[in-house]
Amino acid sequence: MEHRGLGWPRLSGLLELLAALAVQAVRASAVAAASPDLCLWPMPLSVQTTPRVLHLSPDNFFFSHSSTSKAGPSCSLLQEAFRRYYDYIFGFYKWHHGSADLRVGVELQQLQVSVILDPECDTFPKISSDESYTLLVKGPVASLTANRVWGVLRGLETFSQLIYQDFYGTFTVNESNIVDSPRFPHRGILIDTSRHFLSVKSIFKTLDAMAFNKFNVLHWHIVDDQSFPYQSVTFPGLSKKGSYSSSHVYTPNDVRMVIEYARLRGIRVVPEFDSPGHTQSWGEGQKDLLTPCYNGKEPSGAFGPINPIWNTTYSFLSKLFKEISTVFPDEFIHLGGDEVDFNCWASNPEIQDFMRDKGFGRNFKKLESFYMQAVLDMISAINKNSIVWQEVFDDASKLMPGTVIQVWKVEDYTQEQSKVTEAGFPVILSAPWYLDWISYGQDWKRYYAVDPLSFEGSQEQKKLVIGGEACLWGEYVDATNLTPRLWPRASAVGERLWSHKDVRSLEDAYRRLTIHRCRMLRRGIAAEPVFTGYCDHEDRM
Amino acid sequence: MGKQHTSEKNSLVILVVTPGCDQFPSLESVENYTLTVNDEQCFLLSETVWGALRGLETFSQLVQRSPEGTFYINKTEIEDFPRFPHRGLLLDTSRHYLPLASILDTLDVMAYNKFNVFHWHLVDDSSFPYESFTFPDLTKKGSYNPATHIYTAQDVKEVIEYARLRGIRVLAEFDTPGHTLSWGPGVPGLLTPCYSGSHPSGTFGPVNPALNNTYEFMSTFFLEISSVFPDFYLHLGGDEVDFTCWKSNPDIQAFMKKKGFGEDFKKLESFYIQTLLDIVSAYGKGYVVWQEVFDNKVKVQPDTVIQVWREEMPVRYMKEMELVTSAGFRALLSAPWYLNHITYGPDWKKIYMVEPLAFEGSPEQKALVIGGEACMWGEYVDSTNLVPRLWPRAGAVAERLWSNKTVTDLDFAYKRLAPFRCELLRRGVQAQPLSVGYCDVEFEQT
Repeated sequence: MEHRGLGWPRLSGLLELLAALAVQAVRASAVAAASPDLCLWPMPLSVQTTPRVLHLSPDNFFFSHSSTSKAGPSCSLLQEAFRRYYDYIFGFYKWHHGSADLRVGVELQQLQVSVILDPECDTFPKISSDESYTLLVKGPVASLTANRVWGVLRGLETFSQLIYQDFYGTFTVNESNIVDSPRFPHRGILIDTSRHFLSVKSIFKTLDAMAFNKFNVLHWHIVDDQSFPYQSVTFPGLSKKGSYSSSHVYTPNDVRMVIEYARLRGIRVVPEFDSPGHTQSWGEGQKDLLTPCYNGKEPSGAFGPINPIWNTTYSFLSKLFKEISTVFPDEFIHLGGDEVDFNCWASNPEIQDFMRDKGFGRNFKKLESFYMQAVLDMISAINKNSIVWQEVFDDASKLMPGTVIQVWKVEDYTQEQSKVTEAGFPVILSAPWYLDWISYGQDWKRYYAVDPLSFEGSQEQKKLVIGGEACLWGEYVDATNLTPRLWPRASAVGERLWSHKDVRSLEDAYRRLTIHRCRMLRRGIAAEPVFTGYCDHEDRM
Repeated sequence: MGKQHTSEKNSLVILVVTPGCDQFPSLESVENYTLTVNDEQCFLLSETVWGALRGLETFSQLVQRSPEGTFYINKTEIEDFPRFPHRGLLLDTSRHYLPLASILDTLDVMAYNKFNVFHWHLVDDSSFPYESFTFPDLTKKGSYNPATHIYTAQDVKEVIEYARLRGIRVLAEFDTPGHTLSWGPGVPGLLTPCYSGSHPSGTFGPVNPALNNTYEFMSTFFLEISSVFPDFYLHLGGDEVDFTCWKSNPDIQAFMKKKGFGEDFKKLESFYIQTLLDIVSAYGKGYVVWQEVFDNKVKVQPDTVIQVWREEMPVRYMKEMELVTSAGFRALLSAPWYLNHITYGPDWKKIYMVEPLAFEGSPEQKALVIGGEACMWGEYVDSTNLVPRLWPRAGAVAERLWSNKTVTDLDFAYKRLAPFRCELLRRGVQAQPLSVGYCDVEFEQT
């Protein structure tokens, strides 16, 4: 049995391991015997349910902290979560039963939450955060136990998915025992706010939907060639001149709100400031940053990637990344490094001289590496870790151990995974999960069928795959079509990254995904249909 | 520095020559108009109210806002009329139910794009949301949820009137004999029971063409439909009839023998469709059918309209257009305009570059092409993604069907379509982006 990140929090020892395996074998049949409405997404590690049902009444159910929990009412992250999940469970059905005693059978009155270790309530989630939890649903008091608040958030989501309404409208849940933790610790969604601006509201909606699918990283590709919406305090000209307009910007307050909204859902915000390519918009507000391209002996008027030979480049970047490192609390910063077009560099006489002096010959990959290494050093000097696109590895930059490589090129991506992990670097897989590449039909099945560990490599190598990201590049995406394009297709990726590798049945996934999609609709996420059919409550009805 | 000479216009005077305000638009409606804006006048002249509607839309697109905030319009002289009279959009409310609001909103945006036919593919295999008063069980047993996922008689009236006010015809489609699984629960005996050897397998196939009851049912049902939908035309479907179930059924085998059809099930299909067409004709309606009816050599009346939807089979769609028109039938083009077939990138360009008359034929033949329809089939579409998937892509079809055939420059089109998309946003339409960029006011979910 494989596990990711830092060990297996609650189950240590062979006996528990075997018990968990046995539970999984039981799971399939147990689920079949349970309510037909049972639909969990992503599928937890182990689920045991019985046909015994409990009823919940909106007037007589609440979340509570157990007396032995290390977290209590002062933990606002949990208090907010309790409020949210009460609404998700009961909010859409505002029928109160009043005082008539219509309760039949055993009631579930409380879900008691117990955090075992130091809750980490007021901290930011990290790659090493413990998201495991156990959920024991029995009347009248169910219990949700986790090592940290992050596990509580995951467990609350699962708990909310267990509850359904029977034919009479009664809120019902089956007695269950769930033990859960993710297969991969890095489960991300990439949004691109440069090709099209995305309002803070639409980012919030995306974070909500991510929480419903247990995603835990928002990879914010915040700037690129087309626009620079990030309002920098150190270099205000960047967004002043580089954004589409003065209303197409993210103020420091906007960024703070996104980071906190994400934190409350156990989601890390990893910013990407992609360079040296993909930086046209930077040149609007920062003169003498980009390389002037040449037509023979004369500048052509056009500009290329960031100029890697000027000292001013590095003093600018140093100041900018210092600011970024304080604005974004995550340990990781994504530095980009993809698709650097060498033509402009090659045309520039100053750069030609530099190449000669450095002995790089005509190999511009060496110049690219020279640049990337300098930036990577900058990042580690401010005590952050780096993530880069695969070119930085492919083009032979000298990388510090621990630099994470994001594999995105579709051709031969499993080979790339082998190469990168063989060299000892952690990998984030995105290549098969470019959700902006839409096509006709049920492409979710393709995303679901991907096996992130199907490459040639040792067990040690496979452990280096820390997870994956579904990417929604913004060339053809903005707030008008973001949500239906992301969901529920990204949900397929979500399960692939959370659930056990043997959870692969497309038939069962289809059944659960269609129900999960209707649930997202109920919760205000305009997830598009999986296929012909209907939800009880349609969007805009 | 002199100021630009501007004069204030405080009214657009509209003159409609022929009365017809309380009528329904038809295939023959004249949509011509002229628009004159200069110092002396601000004048919209049209033959009919339908032309006035088209002119009003154009006028609204000419009014700009200056950076200072004033509204202005340039001196203008426009003479306009559509290239094709039938410019339609198909919505499928069977694979997914579309709330009434979604349909009405679509009609609004159709008007912005000068579409004038709403092809309502109401029912199909998946569900029967149309509330029939002669056969209420059709809806009760065939809809996804008869309390919530239906179109009542009132809903249908509302759609027809909302469309009429925008100069849009409602072309209702009740597709038979295939695509009818949802009709079965409400009308036992209507569908053909499939056989596994000598026993019924439990599944059902197309409408049973061998029973008199079938035609009695169709007679009554289409009497209702003819009275509910005021347009002269009804769409009777006729596509993708799967013969395997018919083949397996012994009663049908016997019927085939009796009729002397041999093993040719196309003859059986013909027989059904011909009878149906006669029924509908008798109610004073004309009809549109999918191309299979023509391909399978069903004997149809000369004024039948054939809708060409298949890209490559039995022949490439342009060849099909040639065949249909050379046989003397009017044609509607849809094959290259299946908007539900999404792909990565700016596919609006491919949609725009289609030339409906790019086939070999005489001018008389080409005149038989009355227009085309963009189709949004519903397998993967409902109210969560309908609007961004429809707009602005369908706009490319709209221009191809309205504008002169020489208007084909993609750069010129992009220069107009991109701002038009921002205008759609401003009008509250959740139209998706064409490519990288921005609008002054972006879409915000309410």
